[in-house]
Amino acid sequence: MLAGLRGSNNEGVLALVLVVIVVAISILNPVFFSLTTMFSIMRGSIVPLIFALGVLIVIISGGIDVSFAAIAIFSAYTAVKIAQDGNFDPGLIVITLMAACFGALLGLVNGAVIANFRLPTLIVTLGTQGLFRGVLIAYVGSKYIANPPMSLDEVAKTNIISIVNEQERGAFLHVLVVPVIILTILVAWMLKRTMFGRAIFAIGGDDEAARRAGFPVVRIQMMVYILVGVLAAVAGVFHVTLGRNANPQDLVGNELDVIAAVVLGGASVFGGRGSVLGTVLGVLLIQVINNSLLLAGVPTAWQRAAVGVLLIVGVGIQALSAKRKTKRSFVTAQLGA
Amino acid sequence: MAKAYRALPVLEVKNIVKTYGGVKALDEVSMALTAGNVHCLAGENGCGKSTLIKIISGVEQPDSGSIYIDGKLQEKLSPFSSIMAGIQVIYQDFSLFPNLSVAENITITSQVAIRAKLFSASKAKIAAATIIKELGLTLDLSAKVEALSVADKQLTAICRALINDARVIVMDEPTTALTHTEVDYLFDVVRKLRERGVALVFVSHKLEESLQVSQDVTILRNGKHIISGIASEFDRKSLTQYITGRDVSEAREITSPVMTAKPLMEVSHLCSSGAFNDVSFTLHSGEILGITGLLGSGRTEIAEALFGVRPAESGTIEIDGQAIRVRTIRDAIKAGIGYLPEDRLTQGLFLDKSVGDNIIAGSLDKHRSAFGLLDGEGISKTTQSMFDRLKIKAKSVSAPVRSLSGGNAQRVVLGKLLANQPKVLILNGPTVGVDIGSKEQILEILRNEANLGRGVIVISDDSLELVSVCNRVLVVRQGEIVDTLTGSQITATNIQEMTTA
Ligand SMILES: Nc1ncnc2c1ncn2[C@@H]1O[C@H](COP(=O)(O)OP(=O)(O)OP(=O)(O)O)[C@@H](O)[C@H]1O
Ligand SMILES: [Mg+2]
Repeated sequence: MLAGLRGSNNEGVLALVLVVIVVAISILNPVFFSLTTMFSIMRGSIVPLIFALGVLIVIISGGIDVSFAAIAIFSAYTAVKIAQDGNFDPGLIVITLMAACFGALLGLVNGAVIANFRLPTLIVTLGTQGLFRGVLIAYVGSKYIANPPMSLDEVAKTNIISIVNEQERGAFLHVLVVPVIILTILVAWMLKRTMFGRAIFAIGGDDEAARRAGFPVVRIQMMVYILVGVLAAVAGVFHVTLGRNANPQDLVGNELDVIAAVVLGGASVFGGRGSVLGTVLGVLLIQVINNSLLLAGVPTAWQRAAVGVLLIVGVGIQALSAKRKTKRSFVTAQLGA
Repeated sequence: MAKAYRALPVLEVKNIVKTYGGVKALDEVSMALTAGNVHCLAGENGCGKSTLIKIISGVEQPDSGSIYIDGKLQEKLSPFSSIMAGIQVIYQDFSLFPNLSVAENITITSQVAIRAKLFSASKAKIAAATIIKELGLTLDLSAKVEALSVADKQLTAICRALINDARVIVMDEPTTALTHTEVDYLFDVVRKLRERGVALVFVSHKLEESLQVSQDVTILRNGKHIISGIASEFDRKSLTQYITGRDVSEAREITSPVMTAKPLMEVSHLCSSGAFNDVSFTLHSGEILGITGLLGSGRTEIAEALFGVRPAESGTIEIDGQAIRVRTIRDAIKAGIGYLPEDRLTQGLFLDKSVGDNIIAGSLDKHRSAFGLLDGEGISKTTQSMFDRLKIKAKSVSAPVRSLSGGNAQRVVLGKLLANQPKVLILNGPTVGVDIGSKEQILEILRNEANLGRGVIVISDDSLELVSVCNRVLVVRQGEIVDTLTGSQITATNIQEMTTA
């Protein structure tokens, strides 16, 4: 019955769930249903969505990267620190580009280890996560930078939509939503319309078949991890900008929210499946839930638990539908059992 | 040189050696492909055919030996450079992308080869539709490959190889899942390709098919190059001899079971709408019953109904006079039915587990000691005896299934089934993809199982095989049993006529 609505990765169902949750929360707590909340959820989604795009790409390719948060803060903090130490303010764009270079470099480290030594991606990125953090704190700096370059501060205070209302709280849509939307469209285009994107799907589907089809599998895997590094670095700079401080202890530890969003969005942890639309919906869903729990006064510890449950539900649904799809092969695997 | 009159080979491999951890898969093998000719590469399961093909396509690197394309020595052939040189392979395991659509699977390698940067799903569809039409096929272009039947997967793999303007096309057992009509289409295409000057390699365990389509022959045995020659100088008998190194009897050899009053299994009025209708038959202990019919005639559906994969809607099944209800596979297994499915190369095996673990995986319940613990000794006895009886070509029972050749992996599935000692054995195409020598051995195993008092049902469209082992043959057409052949009526010509009539 729902088949028509499902979409290739259950996006339809997810959208429905999102709507139901929003309606339910709004009924329980009318304050929630407002432009203010909507804009603040969008603002809250800026950083997780960029992260999620990177994680989506790497999950489709059949791997996982848990070092993205470490890469993000490493790249962003280092870029900001260079500007501060050098006493110059190159502006958001140049800082982002600088950070992106660091992100690419760290991504290359991940990619080189994974693609050349054929090691499990979770273990490798878990290792590099520690490595990147360690190097950042030991060699770059451990000090909290409370006053990043003025140009970032300017951006932090810029909204593209500001509705100031006498009785209510104002509603502000942050300007950084714009580059995020552009990035999202770019990634969607890359995955769907470029051979590089299709190669990522192919490798996630069957890497040996991809090799036999003539894809340069090692090179593509390296590029995937570099890309994740770059996206993470951009997210890191945006995070620093929005928070108006650069803290080397930041971000790491919140990877779960992002991975949960991507998996809820229909990306298969076995690789080869996933969509940008699903990921966007997944990020929004997690943000809505975190936000409403916050409004309801639920402590953060319980928010983490809620996200954990969501992740398990998401993976569970995937496992179930995978089982249904391969019912027949499952059946034969059980032969005589 | 004696062969100087022949044109320069498009592709030539010389003295190829390839070892896998001590096992010599190829030992000084040479082969030359000429434009416009089909080269039949034949040999027993595990003799190294697929390995040679992977070397030609750059997927594996030889330990020694040389590869020439148009007379030019290839230093290090990679999959990409092989494709660029115009070599296309239909792999035995298809090597398709399960998560991508049929259209994309068909077009993707050609896109890689032209180093395309962008991808257009609609263009892929148009290109794929063209080749599908050219071959006279019907395939759902937007379906994901994982959702396809084996036959459709095989057709997709064939289309993918043909869409490229290849100069060399290698087909590693391209017909295992195809119907006669589809094979005929394929052979028409092969003829057209030959006219265009394409050189082809054809691997198949169906010898008639191979002889019919090829001009040249190369035979391997145990990784060694036995002979190369012109196809017209071979016939079924000599080919068999070169392949196996001995004479293989394909004669009809049956022992008549004692027809007790009570059949082992009695099936009455089994119906399943859209699949089969009013199917009734009996099976006696010690009997081998053949069920034949064209693909899509309902023969597979009947077997699957008996095994609870897709239960019948009405009708009864009795075993030893007891009516049984088969709603699920578990019911069928409990009642003593065992089934070897049609599509088993990709299913039912734990590829990274050992041969032994795979054989025993289905019958752990039968190997428990008094306290419910697993009986290690019994297990190793069962696995070793299956390993020996089925003559599985692998280093030992502890070799992982992934390292086995296609035909040997298939024997592991059969071993798993037999280890459970079912009363009724249903085998769907038990010798598809199995070499001629082993085929005889597998049929002999079936005879043995029957002699032990089991009832055996063989579903097959290989008439020689049916003639060789069956006491009776049921002919299925459009979901109904239209005839039963017994005794001297069971001949290859009779079976072929009855199925297509
Ligand atoms: N990756 C591998 N690791 C170890 N051994 C291997 C591997 N691939 C193949 N072999 C071994 O090499 C030998 C040749 O295998 P190959 O697949 O070429 O046989 P084949 O002639 O294609 O047989 P079939 O007709 O069954 O497909 C077999 O003994 C097989 O076990
Ligand atoms: Mg093979």
